[in-house]
Amino acid sequence: MQLRIANTDGTPIYQQIVAQVRHLIAAGRLQPGEELLPIRTLAEQLTVNPNTVARAYLELERTGVVTKRHGSGTYVSEAASAMPQREKLKMIRQRVDALLVEASHLDIELDVLIEMLQQRHQAIHPETRQ
Amino acid sequence: MKPPSPSSADAVVSVANLSRQFGAKLVLNDISLHVPRGGVFGLVGENGAGKTTLIKHILGLLRAEQGVVRVFGLDPVAEPVRVLGRIGYLSEQPDLPGWMRMEELMRYTQAFHPNWDADYAEKLRAQFGLNPTARLHTLSKGQRAKAGLLAAQAHRPDLLLLDEPSSGLDPLVRRDILEAVIRTVADEGRTVFFSSHLLEEIERVSDHVAMLHHGRLVFCGLLDDIKAHYRRIILRFATAQAKPPEVPGALSVTGAGREWAVVCRRGPDEHFIGAANLGASVVDEHRTSLSEIFVAHAEADAP
Repeated sequence: MQLRIANTDGTPIYQQIVAQVRHLIAAGRLQPGEELLPIRTLAEQLTVNPNTVARAYLELERTGVVTKRHGSGTYVSEAASAMPQREKLKMIRQRVDALLVEASHLDIELDVLIEMLQQRHQAIHPETRQ
Repeated sequence: MKPPSPSSADAVVSVANLSRQFGAKLVLNDISLHVPRGGVFGLVGENGAGKTTLIKHILGLLRAEQGVVRVFGLDPVAEPVRVLGRIGYLSEQPDLPGWMRMEELMRYTQAFHPNWDADYAEKLRAQFGLNPTARLHTLSKGQRAKAGLLAAQAHRPDLLLLDEPSSGLDPLVRRDILEAVIRTVADEGRTVFFSSHLLEEIERVSDHVAMLHHGRLVFCGLLDDIKAHYRRIILRFATAQAKPPEVPGALSVTGAGREWAVVCRRGPDEHFIGAANLGASVVDEHRTSLSEIFVAHAEADAP
C-alpha cells in the first residue's frame, strides 16, 4: 500500500488518501480482506497528521469501502469488490477525456484515434489477435 | 483519534486580546486564539510578523502587558515550573552548552524533567545517529537541531512547541522533525504548536492554522475550513487588459493580457466573485494551497 500526497494540489489531504485507497482497490492492489496500514504507520510514512489519516479511514468506512474490526485494524470490505466496476469506469473515463482533448489539440481525427487504440491494443496484448 | 474541536473549553493554550509594543512598533495587535488539545496547530507568517514574540509569551519569557495568556489554564509567568515542566521547546537555533558531550546533555536535561524517559531518549539518540561522546560545539547545524529535538521531546511533553525548527535544515533533518510532530500527536492528548515559514510542512501536518501579518491575526481555524473559503479563479476578458482589473473582494490579481488569476475569499452570498459584472468569463476555478492563500494575504495587506 503505497500512497503519495501532493502538496501543490489544493485538494485536502484526507481526500487524497480516500481517492488513492479507492484507486488501489479498483486496481486490485488492495484486495478484499486485506489490512490497511495502521493510522500511525501511514501518518509517519506520509509525514501527515494522524488525525488526517483517521479522518480518511472514517470516510472510507462510512462509504463501506473498508470495515474496522474491533481491537484490530482496518480491512478492505469483502463487499468492496461489488463497487469497483463503477469506480474503474469512472477512472478510465477521466483518462479518455484527457486523451480526446489532447487529440483534438493536435488535430487528430476520432477515427484515426480509434484505429490507433485497436492497433496499440493488439501490440500490447498479442494473444488477443484474431 | 478524533479531530480536535476548536472550542476554548479544552484549550492547551488560550490567548485573549494580547497586544505587545516594542518602542513605537506594535508587534502583536489584539491577538486572540485557542490551541485545542490533541492536534497540531501551525502558525505561519513572514519574518517579523510577531511569531516568536507570541511564542515567548506562551513560554512565559515575556509578561502579557495587555491581554491574557494561559497555558494548561495557568499563567506561565506566575507558575513557570508547572508550565515549562510540561512543555518541550525547540527554537530555530537551539541554545545548547557547546562544551557538553551528547550523553552529558541527556543527563543534564533529565535533571529538569521528572518524566524523562531514558529508554526513549536513548532510542532517539540512536535513531538520530548522534554520537554520545561528541561535544555539542562540534555538531553540524542539522545534528544540533536533532540534539535539541531529543532534549525537547524525551520527557514526552504535553505540549511540543517548535519555533521555526526547520529553518535552513536539509530535508532529512526536516523529516525527523516532522516525524517527532506526528509521534507526539499520535499519542492521545498531546499537542503540538509549530511555527514555520515552510507552508508545505504546515499544510501537511496541521489541523489548525493561524496566520500573523504585521502583528495581526489574519485567519485562525481548522485548515480544511480555511481552505474551503478560498478559490483561485481564472478570468478571461474579451480584450487584453492594460492593468489588473478591479475585482471586489479579491486578495490578489495577477496576470496579463486577456487572462487574469484572482485569489479571493467566499463572500456572504456564498459566491466567490460576481464575474458577470466584470465583463469577463470564469474559465477555471480551483482550490488553493495554503501557500497561495498566504501569498495573497501578504500582498493584499502590504502597507
